[in-house]
Amino acid sequence: MKKRRANRDTAALNSELIRRPIQRWFPLFLLPTFAAFCVGFLYPFCKGLFLSFCKFKLTSHWTWVGFDNYLRIFKDGGFIHAFWYTALFALVSLVIINVFAFMVAYALTQGIKGSNLFRTIFFMPNLIGGIVLGYIWSTLIDGVLIRFGTALALNTKAGFWGLIILLSWQQIGYMMIIYIAGLQAVPEDMLEAARIDGATRWQTLWKITIPNVMPSFTICTFLSLTNGFKLYDQNLALTNGLPLIQNADGSVIKTTEMLALNIVNSYTSNATNRGPGQAKAVVFFVLVAIISLVQLRATRKKEVQQ
Amino acid sequence: MNSPQETRRKNALTAIFTVVALIYVFPVILVVINSFKASSYVTSETFRLPTEESFMGWANFVKGMTFGNYPFAKSVFYSFFITIASSALILICTSMAAWYVARVGSFFSNVVYYLCVFSMVVPFQMVMFTLTKTADVLHLNTPWTIPVVYLGFGAGLAVFMFVGFVKSLPLEIEEAAAIDGCGPVRTFFSVVLPMLKPTLISVGVLEIMWVWNDYLLPYLVLDSTKYMTIPIHIQYLQGSYGQKDMGAIMALILLSIIPVIIFYLCCQKHIIKGVAAGAVKG
Amino acid sequence: MKKLFAVLLALVMVLSLAACGAAPAETPNTPAEPETPATEPAAEPETPAATGSVYYLNFKPEADKAWQELAATYTALTGVEVKVRTAASGTYEEALVSEMDKSAAPTLFQCNEGGVASWGEYCYDLSGTKLYGELASQDYAIKTADGEVISIGYCLETFGIITNVALLEEAGHSLDEITDFASLKAVADDIHARADELGFDAFSDAAMKNGESWRYTGHLSNMPLYYEFRDDSISEKPATIKGTYLENYKNIWDLYTTDTAVTGAEVSTKAVDDSRNTFTSGKAVFYQNGSWEESSLRDAGMDMDKITMIPIYCGVEGEEKAGLCTGTENYWSVNKYASEEDINATLDFLYWVVTSEEGTTMMSEQFGPCPFKMSKEPTNIFAQKANEMVAAGCYPVTWAFNYTPAVNDWRTGVESALQQYTAGTGDWSAVETAFVQGWALQYAAENAG
Repeated sequence: MKKRRANRDTAALNSELIRRPIQRWFPLFLLPTFAAFCVGFLYPFCKGLFLSFCKFKLTSHWTWVGFDNYLRIFKDGGFIHAFWYTALFALVSLVIINVFAFMVAYALTQGIKGSNLFRTIFFMPNLIGGIVLGYIWSTLIDGVLIRFGTALALNTKAGFWGLIILLSWQQIGYMMIIYIAGLQAVPEDMLEAARIDGATRWQTLWKITIPNVMPSFTICTFLSLTNGFKLYDQNLALTNGLPLIQNADGSVIKTTEMLALNIVNSYTSNATNRGPGQAKAVVFFVLVAIISLVQLRATRKKEVQQ
Repeated sequence: MNSPQETRRKNALTAIFTVVALIYVFPVILVVINSFKASSYVTSETFRLPTEESFMGWANFVKGMTFGNYPFAKSVFYSFFITIASSALILICTSMAAWYVARVGSFFSNVVYYLCVFSMVVPFQMVMFTLTKTADVLHLNTPWTIPVVYLGFGAGLAVFMFVGFVKSLPLEIEEAAAIDGCGPVRTFFSVVLPMLKPTLISVGVLEIMWVWNDYLLPYLVLDSTKYMTIPIHIQYLQGSYGQKDMGAIMALILLSIIPVIIFYLCCQKHIIKGVAAGAVKG
Repeated sequence: MKKLFAVLLALVMVLSLAACGAAPAETPNTPAEPETPATEPAAEPETPAATGSVYYLNFKPEADKAWQELAATYTALTGVEVKVRTAASGTYEEALVSEMDKSAAPTLFQCNEGGVASWGEYCYDLSGTKLYGELASQDYAIKTADGEVISIGYCLETFGIITNVALLEEAGHSLDEITDFASLKAVADDIHARADELGFDAFSDAAMKNGESWRYTGHLSNMPLYYEFRDDSISEKPATIKGTYLENYKNIWDLYTTDTAVTGAEVSTKAVDDSRNTFTSGKAVFYQNGSWEESSLRDAGMDMDKITMIPIYCGVEGEEKAGLCTGTENYWSVNKYASEEDINATLDFLYWVVTSEEGTTMMSEQFGPCPFKMSKEPTNIFAQKANEMVAAGCYPVTWAFNYTPAVNDWRTGVESALQQYTAGTGDWSAVETAFVQGWALQYAAENAG
């Protein structure tokens, strides 16, 4: 399978007929995007990389300190906790979002009444910004929790699942659409053949449908993984890291604080933390980049070549 | 095919989905209900329908649109302009870039592609101060130039999705066009771009939602004494001592959702297809 | 032909991109960009040609309108451009970091005690300026160890327990009964016991929703801090504190969360807005907050003749003579790195604000009492009450909590400990740890660099 794929790629690349002329048009095709990308991402990001080795209050006033910032963050219990918490969160949200999105997509492609209306409704939360509904959701969840004598700010588990519910609510719709497309692309003749062979519904699902929607699966898991890791607005609105575990020396662990929030808090809480905050950002980036690359490669391998 | 058992199964599914869908829209309905309530009732009776006592009519909407000394109409204009200009710029530039990346496959273009994929995992907060500084130095701090910043920061996802789709397009069509004497520019605009339509729509939806709802980037980059967008405008309904005019906030949120909903309903058919096509081939 | 067209297209695209970035760069530092109609007043021959301009990054969204109007008045009068940008609620630090880094950085910004560690080195020394000379009292200026005046407080605020006297009387009590913690507790206990019959309770919600705990982790924590610093004669930010009066903090907090309709876990779900609503709708007699609430209460239709403020009593010896807590978190600092013309323009503007009729009127209307020689008598009833109490021989309780190191982090620690203690899932010792050890830790973190 791998070989076939490689052949296909080289075939594309060897089409000199197309490749050469396009390459001559570099200034039109790639340059504008690349230039903007340098301005809007690459330079700011590299400057951040540089600043992670500095002490700075403003990005234009810095002094070089070497690896000090990195040494400081690995002694920061809150950061380590935020890292594992975020990893767990990303994993759980990935599984839940994808399982539910797939189930909904599968059900909605069975030709039931009102499918189109349901699709629209499930897609709707995507249209609304994250920060906007944080308030509504915290009121909703607290309204339920208070009946059990607790609150988001008091209960680490409630905070975790509250965030999962909020993120799922926002993302299942989009992922569902992607799965629906994948399901509709499953070749009808394969399904027909399976039916003739007397395969049960369950067997058809596992042996034919799911392998054929692997490309959708790749993209959905990648998107939900990165979204889980990047989560910030919802975290701030819903829990802001509460509740805290109080250590005897006065240091605290914010039990529901995720990485992005932890980093921003370092930036803004006091100016001596900006260097370490930037170092955290770099560590975060490297980790998430590795994880998502591994994930992309792993799921791509499973894809059926069509 | 349609055995009675099958029909019963489908009806049961419809019933289940009706319930789930109702739960799903509940938070949105809450926004609608509360936008008509007096602020003091929004927090104390969030879940109750407006009563005679708490009903405010359109007062919240009027307040939201008239408070402060920055005209709301200007915020609306800048929101529309920035969203449309940025999304258009992103779609045109990144689709061209993606074609280049997918078809040329040189070392450099591969590097660009992987940088784009990497940029997708970086939250904005991580580059916000350095990006703001860069935008200021390059004078990208007006509504007319901020689309360049959006193009730069939003390029990752768009390029990623376009490249995936372009790779799945049959090479033969482009080769045929080349043999017929089409230059790359003509090939792209009259052959490739039409085939990219579904992906254009799905990337377009993502970018429009992002830019329209974005708060922190325009807040830091633009000079809010001259240029505000709707999300920034909403933030100014909160005072420094915890006073929040929740009624007016809900009303403005509702207003800001409406154009997006209209947009969605207008091209609903294309969106579903577009999101699907773009993603699956990714 | 086709090729020519394509070349042109490419050129246009690249150029337009480049133009976006480069076009404005050709006219650097001209304030007279098309969007700003600021150059007109300079045409008036009698005003001296304006050099320099003012850019104020304001902290309070609710005062934005008043500042904009005042700035316009000043510009019309002198021709000096004054730009006021207001940071949205809760984002002042982000806005300041990004604005200070820009080419047109704020010339005037806000830097209180908590901000000195971050921004002290950007503050212009105000000693010897005309503005500094206008200060009626030196209490509200922040000085460095070398005697540089880096920041001056521009308005005084007062907090305490806002009391609905009408309800108090309805419950059969009078204001005179309350003179210390024991009497406050007696009155509150009595009202709480009869809450069902009366239709209102003693205290409004002790709202501690995520991010809204400042009335307790900020203002209420002033009580133990103030008394401790008074005993130890501390006059600058201490590296450690002892927590001598934490028992008193517990007293008053327990009272707030017992004699009220909102107790236990529910405390963590209520926002300040809820607390205010409870008070304005006549469901509570007492409401801890500050002088800035006056307009909200009046807007809610309360009879202001029947509203007053009493000191926060917490059981400290001699507290019958305590006044209201008066101080400020609102400080002006001038950006040291601004150009000399801009610094002078800013100082002139501020001098005008604190001395002119228009300026002092606006200041007293928006901010109440201000610590300047020409300041108007405040109309704010809570500020008046504070002055009356001082005139009657009460000692004013200053804002000792301004010394809090890494304010947000420290307060979050106390907030969570208080929430858990109140909900019954944590004990008081965690609050003490967050208070005392948390202080030392945050102080060390802030001064680590």
